[in-house]
Amino acid sequence: MSAVLANSQKENYENARVAKFNRRKLVNRIALVLSLAAMSFGLFWLAWILFETIRLGIGGLSIATLTQMTPAPNEEGGIANAIYGSFLMVMLATFVGTPIGIMAGIYLAEYNTKGWLASVTRFVNDILLSAPSIVIGLFVYTVVVSQFKSYSGWAGVMALALIVIPVVIRTTENMLQLVPPGLREAAYALGAPKWKVILSITLRSARSGVVTGVLLAVARIAGETAPLLFTALNNQFWTSNLNQPMASLPVTIFKFALSPYENWQKLAWAGVFLITVAVLGLNILARVLTRAKN
Amino acid sequence: MADRMFGWAAQGAAWLTLALLFSILVSLVIGAWPAISKYGLGFLTSTTWDPVKNEYGGLVMIYGTIATSVIALLIAVPVSFGIALFLTELSPTWLKRPLGTAIELLAAVPSIVYGMWGLLVFGPILATYVQQPLQSLLTGVPFLGALVSGPPVGIGILSAGIILAIMIIPFIASVMRDVFEVTPVLLKESAYGLGSTTWEVVSKVVLPYTKAGVVGGIMLGLGRALGETMAVTFVIGNFNQLDSLSLFQAANSITSALANEFAEAGEGLHQAALIYLGLVLFFITFVVLSLSKLLLAQLRKSEGTNT
Repeated sequence: MSAVLANSQKENYENARVAKFNRRKLVNRIALVLSLAAMSFGLFWLAWILFETIRLGIGGLSIATLTQMTPAPNEEGGIANAIYGSFLMVMLATFVGTPIGIMAGIYLAEYNTKGWLASVTRFVNDILLSAPSIVIGLFVYTVVVSQFKSYSGWAGVMALALIVIPVVIRTTENMLQLVPPGLREAAYALGAPKWKVILSITLRSARSGVVTGVLLAVARIAGETAPLLFTALNNQFWTSNLNQPMASLPVTIFKFALSPYENWQKLAWAGVFLITVAVLGLNILARVLTRAKN
Repeated sequence: MADRMFGWAAQGAAWLTLALLFSILVSLVIGAWPAISKYGLGFLTSTTWDPVKNEYGGLVMIYGTIATSVIALLIAVPVSFGIALFLTELSPTWLKRPLGTAIELLAAVPSIVYGMWGLLVFGPILATYVQQPLQSLLTGVPFLGALVSGPPVGIGILSAGIILAIMIIPFIASVMRDVFEVTPVLLKESAYGLGSTTWEVVSKVVLPYTKAGVVGGIMLGLGRALGETMAVTFVIGNFNQLDSLSLFQAANSITSALANEFAEAGEGLHQAALIYLGLVLFFITFVVLSLSKLLLAQLRKSEGTNT
């Protein structure tokens, strides 16, 4: 009698164990399926956005898009002045921002790696890296535009340069830290002064990484709209005068996309297509560069 | 001599970065001063925003900014967790790199592209296939009915929240992936050795170990969502009143108020009030990002002592 009881108890126990095991397996399977779903969810948006950009963007592209000025509503035209303005401001901002970013990166990686100034700079830099870009625009407005009583290309350049600096600082510091100390010591042993070691040994061997950082910074500012809205403003005409308001691709897209005119919306899609291709192209190039190095 | 000058230049660049943050703060306070001295902190709780009468209060925009960011987090956090889980535990090795890159490219797409896509492609689809069915289903139901009321045009708080979610998923997912990867392999293998399933390893070993880093990543995403401008400006509708609970109601956020009104607002109280809003935004993101930074640093420290 007791043997039968023990047996059924054992069976119950076995059943419970199997049930628990099955439940764990099921929970695991559900979690993994959900994870797969999340991955597809992420890729789905990327695919959809790219698809629409290409579909609607190619439709708006023509020779006139690249050669003519921004038109009045319902007239023929292009976005040549906006492309030129974007190009000019992005170039200048990169020229202004890169040296400052590289120098500060050198300071963090080579001069003062542990001191209070370095840790505070690192902290502040991370804040600036993710600070809302429209606040940068506000800052430049109060400092430059409202002082000179005029929107200008220079104000736009300054706002973009302020976004370049933290990106370049971060990548420069990270890349310089990857340079093996033995390389530096070998140069010091040959009697090279510190600035020469940094410029012609450390920086040089980290070159492709630093270039990657600059490319990523260019990609970032090429698509920035918010900091240009009330610094460079916009301009209907071709201008190289940086003391004047200047058109840029993102601001033009913003204005045209929200307008009810069909030809403006078409041009906006063409602009979105150009920007997406440029920005994604730069990102992919930057990745290829770092991988070639590794 | 050249050596010393180079050192000074490097140090100068570091100081410049510090000065930058400081001068942003100072210039915003100065610019906002007329509004600060007139309204004080009452600005944050008043819902009137009337450029005609020259009366300003920021609650509508602050509410819009916070509501859209919360919706974005509700969607983005579970999805990012799933993506990070997939990339660290499930994906075959040869797929890890291309998939990781694809997700990171999602972060590189300029926000104006999201905005235009959201307004002209996504918004109408959301209105037709989500809002209208929900409205016909929930009309008359208390509370829920109010949540989905409003004209079906596809702009409003929900669309802005969804688009923000898509934008911050890559940030949160890549931080989560990176911190999951710092979990010592030994810990994970011990758990597998005891017969744990993949899910049990992740939820009971990896997640507790990387808790601080995960929260840090979420905060980083929140910081991004709060400060995002263009994507929100396109789809939120720029409507300065707060008279409905509806998720489909046009609203406004701090960033889109700035983007739309600032260039037209003349010098004076209107502009000062907008700068005040910018200052509030800067303050909120500063706090959120600092928290994120501290949490991530904490993880790095414990990583140093435990292994």
